[in-house]
Amino acid sequence: MNSAVHELSMRSVATDYIARVKSGDIGALPAILGLLALGIIFKFSSDYFLTDRNLANLITQSAPVMVIAMGLIFVLLLGEIDLAAGFTSGVCGASMVLLINNHKFPWYVAFIVSMIVGTALGFAMGLLRARLGIPSFVVTLSAFLAFQGVLLLMAGEGGTIPLQDRFIVAVENNNLSPTQSWIFYVVAMSAYLLYGLRRVIRGRKANVKLELFKVWLLRNAILTVLAGAATYMLNGQRGNPPQSSIKGMPIVVLVLLGLLFAGTFTLQKTKFGRYLYAVGGNAEAARRAGINVTYIRTMAFVICSGFAAIAGMLFASRSNSISPTTGGGTTLLYAVGAAVIGGTSLFGGRGKMRDAVLGGLVVATIDNGMGLLGFSSGTQYLVTGGVLLLSASVDAISRKGAAV
Amino acid sequence: MSDPILSLRGINKSFGPVHVLKDVDFDAYAGKVTALVGDNGAGKSTLIKCIAGIYVAESGEITFEGKKVEIENPRDATALGIEVVYQDLALCDNLDIVQNMFLGREERTGIVLNEPSMETLAAKTLDGLSVRTVKSIRQVVSSLSGGQRQTVAIARAVLWNSKLVILDEPTAALGVAQTEQVLKLVRRLADNGLAVILISHNLNDVFAVADYIAPLYLGTMTTQVQTKDVSASQVVELITTGKSAGVGASK
Repeated sequence: MNSAVHELSMRSVATDYIARVKSGDIGALPAILGLLALGIIFKFSSDYFLTDRNLANLITQSAPVMVIAMGLIFVLLLGEIDLAAGFTSGVCGASMVLLINNHKFPWYVAFIVSMIVGTALGFAMGLLRARLGIPSFVVTLSAFLAFQGVLLLMAGEGGTIPLQDRFIVAVENNNLSPTQSWIFYVVAMSAYLLYGLRRVIRGRKANVKLELFKVWLLRNAILTVLAGAATYMLNGQRGNPPQSSIKGMPIVVLVLLGLLFAGTFTLQKTKFGRYLYAVGGNAEAARRAGINVTYIRTMAFVICSGFAAIAGMLFASRSNSISPTTGGGTTLLYAVGAAVIGGTSLFGGRGKMRDAVLGGLVVATIDNGMGLLGFSSGTQYLVTGGVLLLSASVDAISRKGAAV
Repeated sequence: MSDPILSLRGINKSFGPVHVLKDVDFDAYAGKVTALVGDNGAGKSTLIKCIAGIYVAESGEITFEGKKVEIENPRDATALGIEVVYQDLALCDNLDIVQNMFLGREERTGIVLNEPSMETLAAKTLDGLSVRTVKSIRQVVSSLSGGQRQTVAIARAVLWNSKLVILDEPTAALGVAQTEQVLKLVRRLADNGLAVILISHNLNDVFAVADYIAPLYLGTMTTQVQTKDVSASQVVELITTGKSAGVGASK
């Protein structure tokens, strides 16, 4: 049978998928099932959990960690790790806030400078890993300690640097109006669907079916409904009228979707993304195929730290300040956890941008749901740690299963 | 007999005090399989690395398609149309067949990868080699058998209108049925007009597909013979002692 016109049917798609799951390529399945299970458990144990108010809360709470996780995926794809990403975000956030406070920089200039600081830090770590060959674990562990020191020095005696800039604060605290939210939903969703449709039609023309149309339809129908439901819930009233009225999509959703789109495009559609997967899968093969492995490695750290800088801005926005512990504590572990729970492999070569969002939602749901049920922080850490270990085990076992 | 597409004359290569290749002459012909045989340490790998541009010979001449050429790095070899399939195949397990075949040479429209075009070309190449063993060319390589992986690596080498393909022990890790498949594929490459250099330890394989046999003995090419003129025991003698009664005298 000519493989280009390999006939697809619902049945063959299903058997292929089951075979893939069996061979260890489980993708987003655990995260989606976990999210469903957690959703159901918390829904029945807490009246507040699945409310309009809590959904918005969940998103704004988890946004910075999700953004760090998105950046980490670039590094994890190579089988490397960036333990310093949390404090990179702290240092970048502090740079931005200090520039706004002490030097009266406009917010966008301060933000761009903080991005430059972030990418420079990433560049330094990337060079140490790629050129000198120091294991990334050691490079970034040293950076973790050093950046924590830098952050302490920047915060100085006062400890916490307050932020008043209303544009930055708005990102995590303000919302689109309900009408704007619906307009955004319709525009974004149709753009996404039209792009997908164009791909299907082009594939047909070239006689290459990348995916069965029915499957595409089903997948996108589910996505459309879920996104619609989320928009509807976010448009619900979560203030206390008449004193205060809070409704609509948090602005940070736009930031998250924008980054998700940009990251996915880079990973799936460009040469650079393809090379990230190749180097993560077999660095020697990539080198022999003429890929500049040193460049790819360095750039992965640069991008990771760039994302961390954006997360730093979100941290500053969310708490109106930067403290010496911003980006510390559980931040990095939650971000790594989000990526791994979402389906990104710690061994490199496997992972997608959406893993950060799905896994980030799982981590945030555990955190948020258990908090609502009144469990202590100790129990929450214990459970989150267990879930991370579980997904890392699934990752390791599936890798074994895939080995021929 | 037509002129060889690749012709080496008086190739020398040493590593420090070790003289690995001594005045080696070697020819490969379009449409023919030339087997390079020899014991461990005879210099087979060094010789192909000189052709592939990984090592540069200290002295000697390389003629490709009738013109004298200098092959100083792998890119020079690729530019001439010389492709090597190494024993470890150099495939990325996590990428699919098409992605592996185009690795490092992706087709793009603007900055976006052109998947349909790459997929069509990959399918055409596999069809040209009459490969029917893979179910879908979008399968990831980790799900393929050893023989299928070898097939993908070979298909990648011929995707670029290459003229000379060097295969390093392509059947070493394969079972009986898969060895058979790969040997058929090797034969088909030559029948499609490519020059093939096959490195092998296995004389059964050599006698099954090769038109010429070039035995290396301690860094010297004993004599390049036509497969039909020699017996297996004569080739074994050439490999182990460097000479054999009844075969053209060694130099």
